[in-house]
Amino acid sequence: MVLAGYRLDCLGLPQVRKADQAVGYASRVMAEYESVIGLECHVELSTETKMFCGCRNEFGAPPNTNVCPVCLGLPGSLPVPNAKAIEYIVRIGLALNCRIADESLFHRKNYFYPDMPKNFQISQYDLPICIEGHMEIQVGAETRRIGITRVHMEEDTGKTTHVGRSGRIDQADYALVDYNRAGVPLVEVVSEPHMRSPDEARAYFAELRATLEALGVSDVRMEEGSLRCDANISTRRVGVAELGTKVEIKNLNSIRSLDRALRYEEQRQRAALDAGETLVQETRHFDEEGGSTHTLRSKEEAFDYRYFPEPDLPPLAPEPSWVDGVGASLPELPAAMRARYVSDHALKPEQARLLVASTSTARLFEDIVALGADPRAAANWVTQDLAGLLNKARMELDETKVTSQHVADLVQLIDEGTLSQTAAKQVLEEVVETGDEVDDIVDRRALRRVTDTSALETWVTEAITENPGPVEQYRRGKEGALNAVLGAVMKKSRGSADAKAVRELLLRRLSES
Amino acid sequence: MPVEIDIDHVARLARLELSDEEKERLRAQLAVILDNAAKVGEVATEDVPPTAYAIPRSNVLRPDELTPSLPVEEVLANAPEVEDDRFKVPRIVEVE
Repeated sequence: MVLAGYRLDCLGLPQVRKADQAVGYASRVMAEYESVIGLECHVELSTETKMFCGCRNEFGAPPNTNVCPVCLGLPGSLPVPNAKAIEYIVRIGLALNCRIADESLFHRKNYFYPDMPKNFQISQYDLPICIEGHMEIQVGAETRRIGITRVHMEEDTGKTTHVGRSGRIDQADYALVDYNRAGVPLVEVVSEPHMRSPDEARAYFAELRATLEALGVSDVRMEEGSLRCDANISTRRVGVAELGTKVEIKNLNSIRSLDRALRYEEQRQRAALDAGETLVQETRHFDEEGGSTHTLRSKEEAFDYRYFPEPDLPPLAPEPSWVDGVGASLPELPAAMRARYVSDHALKPEQARLLVASTSTARLFEDIVALGADPRAAANWVTQDLAGLLNKARMELDETKVTSQHVADLVQLIDEGTLSQTAAKQVLEEVVETGDEVDDIVDRRALRRVTDTSALETWVTEAITENPGPVEQYRRGKEGALNAVLGAVMKKSRGSADAKAVRELLLRRLSES
Repeated sequence: MPVEIDIDHVARLARLELSDEEKERLRAQLAVILDNAAKVGEVATEDVPPTAYAIPRSNVLRPDELTPSLPVEEVLANAPEVEDDRFKVPRIVEVE
């Protein structure tokens, strides 16, 4: 199911995989080694303007229209940091339990690559704004604390499009560069290598995404690149303390890609080590189509970024009182929200997790409950029926006209006995399509539960006549055959008949003759 | 503080192609620069905190407010080659 941009079944639900079913060699190799995974996540902040200039920060503008001398790196231009971006990164740091540095510096990261017109990227080096934090993640029934090494501020690079026969980066004939994204505020969140499986990495990433969304600092749209991730993974024998050779995987554009790439790499590394091969420290590129990773070689030699303090940007030294104020203004974070849903609304932890995975879903749920609906019924509608419909329509919640009032109305009509569960699902389906009022749909489609005996009598008579086979089977003692006749009646009533009343009527009629 | 200067490496990092004569001249100049920089270390005692800036300023920020960008023709005026309003550059990486 798709909710707010990613598949929920990729967020930690157990999956049976072909590889897991394989026996013998593969499972032995998988059991003898363990993975050590760390993630570097990049987040574009949703400020109005760029990091160091007043150009608009927006996705999808015509090429090179949000560009000025500062983000074009023209000589004599002076970058000045965006105060909002600094506030946002401090919010992120505090939400991830980091310490906010008394003083931090911007550095120039020098490299030759056309995605930055000035041949360097303004980033942070040895004095980042946020340090030494952690985030707790839920993996199955287990809670794991993942360390956050640092959270630093930098600027995003321009967008390069590789043009060539196949569209593959290595076979390109040339590249085209659009600098609209150059200078967009970018926050890098670096985790400690504390994750031990692709499942944990996925849970961490999902938690980070939900946290950033709750903080309101980024639109976290992976498909638009506002949240991206590189993964570091190494392999060691179970029980060995020191780390193995690290491989960095780039180009992970979705939670699914992260998962697939890590699973592939995990098996590749284990097989290589088991065959006595030595792994090399390298950067690999994830190929979405083939589902595999490949060595990524730059034409240039080993990187030497020659970081040095950005002479145009004085240090950041946030006032402790200001930092405290930012901390006091933080919204409720996903972990606290989940705990509250479980304790106050008696939801199952899994259901709480599904609701909190996206801010829009959590907000919808809370609004439905605020309208008086039973929380468990509301949670079921949101995480099951509605999520299923959205998945089928390939839509996001925000793209539909479904409101909390719609769902609250449905819950109420079911409670009153006016609407059957089946009919309510049909109504919701139409709500997703049209956004019409629940009452209007119910009236238009005549879905109010029919307890009027004469209508039921007619349908039952028809159903018995039209289904001589099942009727005969039932009379010979096959009780299950009754369901076919019952189903026929429900179908005639388009779900509006009260199934219990129909069943009683059927039993009576069939015992009469 | 005599430092071994690998002039070929430095030139490569800066993407400069130097003749042998240029390399010799620049190696000597770099050595002088490094010697001068080392003198700072001689006077910097423990009571002098390390700093990257000559002026004691911090938190120079701007509000998150829009200012006009350049017209796209001006942005691309210095581009060696242009295609679809974008800068056209040679291909960049190789994958094994």
